[in-house]
Amino acid sequence: MTVIEARGLRKAFGKTIALDGVNLRVDEGRILGLIGPNGAGKSTALNAILGLTEYRGELRVLGRDPWDERDQLMRDVCFIADVAVLPRWMRVSQALDYVAGVHPRFDRAKAEGFLAKTDIKRASKIRELSKGMVTQLHLALVMAIDARLLVLDEPTIGLDILYRKQFYDSLLNDYFDRSRTIVVTTHQVEDVQHVLTDLMFINRGRIVLDCSMEEFESRYLEVAVHPENVAAARALKPIHERQMLGRSILLFDGVNRQQLAALGDVRTPSIADLFVALMGSTPGNQAERTQGATQ
Amino acid sequence: MNSQSNAGPDSPLDAQAVAPVVLSPTRPLYWSVRREVWENRSIYVAPLAIAAVYLLSFAISVIWLPNNMREVWMPHTMREMAALKVTDSLIGLAMPYSHAAMLIGLIAFLVGIFYSLEALHGERRDRSILFWKSLPVSDLTTVLSKAAIPLVVLPLIVFAVTVVLQQIMRLLSIAVLVMNGGAAATLWNRLPLSEMELVTLYGTAVIVLWHAPIYCWFLLVSGWARRAVFLWAVVPWLAIAAMENIAFHTSFLGSMLQARLLGFTEAAFDLTDKNGVAIDPHFIPLEQLAPGRFLSSPTLWAGLIFAGACFAAAVRLRRYREPL
Repeated sequence: MTVIEARGLRKAFGKTIALDGVNLRVDEGRILGLIGPNGAGKSTALNAILGLTEYRGELRVLGRDPWDERDQLMRDVCFIADVAVLPRWMRVSQALDYVAGVHPRFDRAKAEGFLAKTDIKRASKIRELSKGMVTQLHLALVMAIDARLLVLDEPTIGLDILYRKQFYDSLLNDYFDRSRTIVVTTHQVEDVQHVLTDLMFINRGRIVLDCSMEEFESRYLEVAVHPENVAAARALKPIHERQMLGRSILLFDGVNRQQLAALGDVRTPSIADLFVALMGSTPGNQAERTQGATQ
Repeated sequence: MNSQSNAGPDSPLDAQAVAPVVLSPTRPLYWSVRREVWENRSIYVAPLAIAAVYLLSFAISVIWLPNNMREVWMPHTMREMAALKVTDSLIGLAMPYSHAAMLIGLIAFLVGIFYSLEALHGERRDRSILFWKSLPVSDLTTVLSKAAIPLVVLPLIVFAVTVVLQQIMRLLSIAVLVMNGGAAATLWNRLPLSEMELVTLYGTAVIVLWHAPIYCWFLLVSGWARRAVFLWAVVPWLAIAAMENIAFHTSFLGSMLQARLLGFTEAAFDLTDKNGVAIDPHFIPLEQLAPGRFLSSPTLWAGLIFAGACFAAAVRLRRYREPL
């Protein structure tokens, strides 16, 4: 079942083109990582999917037009748009009361159950909680909603590694099942590499890579080439080459594993390595790369 | 998920079955209004605080009441008093009660103004708009809940707090009079508190309808302006009024603005009695209310149409709003 389907999705802010004819389709039960440098159009794409921004082109989320039916759509869609959006004046108990009041699919007992595993007190104001706790609270609220699509826009930004790991562990263990779909954007790609089922790179408003993780693992291989084999390896047309600890690391697209094994140590690249390989060669991305577009 | 090429022309874009959920349409509105009150506790704290301060001052002033009552309401003087004098004495009694109502109304007006200026701005400033928009609450419901604070919630609070305060004031007065052997029964009989409460109810409704365009305009500007909401809401009107004054030596806009603030008294009350004598605003008898004239006032309706337009624009605008 198709959860998100976009055709020719376009969005411009003045002369800046944020989305340049994006086509995408996300099926039920998938966890899609949408990865791109700053300003690539990730958040714009998510905002369009969530009905937060107007767009041109065709877009259906759970069969609805997000821009015209945002409030209806939000019964089946949840999103966490980075950690700092919970109202700071609110008490934890009020957040629970309010979501229970307005959301027909919120299971309060479930949210209380998640919170019981944390140190968050019901009477605390959100401004009194640490950043990690706010994320835990937001996640508890979201996971207690029986939604079909969860959209996460940089959900773990600014969190330490423990909270980040806990965040994705909770999502996978306590929330995700094959009837739900998750779309996540993040710069912390190493956190999600083993969480995703699908991967999409976006750059300058265009999709530049769209594959499943199985495809990613079978298609892309990285070889730490023995010095004597460098010339032979280069002849196989790597898509990227870098030096590490005096060895050449070459990244290949669609080259046979046995063939590469003869040249050096073969491994599956990290998403970050592929990202650098694909995006780094694009003129104009140097600045974005140095801004830490990926880790 | 499939590759881009899979999103071909015959991919299904049909509406998928979404389980129908029965939810009362007023439930999100009710919770949204509650949320506003949670966030803006001044909505009830300010009227209650001012009522408490007023009550304290009144409690101190009651010390003089037995003496005043003796001077004004002793039977032998009453017989000699002209009708006008009786009215004057009545006003003397009613004055603290009407001052209480006016003061609480004024505070509620100020709270309403500051609330409206903040309502659609604060949620963008603190980015919480992204949280609110992640919930199945429409922009109409959200803006309606925000408009309901100055237009419904504050007037109800004004009326309730005023009535409770006035009743406590009367009980306090009677207690003091009883303890001092004063004319408690006279106060009970003479002070037309029920009538005053009806006038307060009428006045509160009149003022909120009259001021609705102010609140709705401020609400709209709070959703539109990126910063300095108060200046955007007020300065353009003052600037145009000043320009009109300088360019044409007229002051239509200035008079209009003044009428929008205070014109409800003339529109909704007969301020002279049947003998043509001016009524003291501290005690307005029921027969001086003019609801028919008020409801047929073009100024009222022009204001309400303007308020409606601002409200509709604010709802529409919120759809496009993002964090600042």
